Amino acid sequence: MLLATTTHYADWIVFLLAAVIAVAGSIGVVTSRHPVHSVLFLIQTLFGVAILFVAQGAHFLAAVQVIVYAGAIVVLFLFVIMLLGVDRAEARAADPFRGQRPLALLVGVIGLAEFGLLLRSTTWSTGAKSVAGPLSGPGSNVEKLGRSLFTTYLLPFEVTSALLVIAVVAAVILTKRPPPGEPGGDAENLDTVDAVEPVPAPSPTADDVKV
Amino acid sequence: MAESGTHRANARSAAVSVPGAWYLSVAAVLFTIGAVGLLVRRNILIMFMCVELMLNAVNLTFVTFARMLDDIGGQSLVFFVMVVAAAEVVVGLGIIVAIFRRRADATADDFHILKG
Repeated sequence: MLLATTTHYADWIVFLLAAVIAVAGSIGVVTSRHPVHSVLFLIQTLFGVAILFVAQGAHFLAAVQVIVYAGAIVVLFLFVIMLLGVDRAEARAADPFRGQRPLALLVGVIGLAEFGLLLRSTTWSTGAKSVAGPLSGPGSNVEKLGRSLFTTYLLPFEVTSALLVIAVVAAVILTKRPPPGEPGGDAENLDTVDAVEPVPAPSPTADDVKV
Repeated sequence: MAESGTHRANARSAAVSVPGAWYLSVAAVLFTIGAVGLLVRRNILIMFMCVELMLNAVNLTFVTFARMLDDIGGQSLVFFVMVVAAAEVVVGLGIIVAIFRRRADATADDFHILKG
């Protein structure tokens, strides 16, 4: 009995800590002026969400969250920020659409209220049987997720490989510098008034984003 | 009524004592903050990070529902969302690099040059 209540409290403490970490990080992403600080806050949020994943038994997804998201995607963000030299504060005064920020906050409040109303619902599904298989039962989370991915979701899984290849090719083509003289080259800039010297061809290849 | 009863039993069998509604609340807050940030900020990179925030909130919702409904499908779907997010980040950052090469100090408002 004592053990049961102790684990109960531990669950709540873990949940509250992770929730505070995640929400504080997300607020930091939105409010910090410096893109690099935003990236660091994003890492904080990702780790908080990873803890929430672990607390709910999604061990494999928590690992992927930390390795792929915090390890690769965020590094890609940092790479781009550093390569482009855009690590300077944003001019907040320039607000081309007057009243956009109050309107955005209003939209946020309304959206949150709607989520709150939805959360008052007590039934979440029609009660139909699971297609992919149960989450509880014997076997580890990784085993069950792998079985689901390679049986029920085999075709989508294979399609994701095509998607990743397309993304890699797209990244290479998008960041390739066209030879001078050709249309789309640097020689004919659209808006050359305040265009500065182009940075040396950066190549944020997609190697970082292996899944 | 019987339905929610079985869901609660499943949640207990997963050995988690915090109700799913709490996780869903956190996900809702994260999603809202990401959406507001997307609307408020002008820096493209930070707007992109806000999109990632919203994706993560949805992932948390998927995992929570997978637990509440005792269904591995939710976690499988999170895997696919992560793959799509990785591809999206690669392509999006490629586009951002291509734009910044033309115009330094670009914000989202500078995309009016895309008009024909």
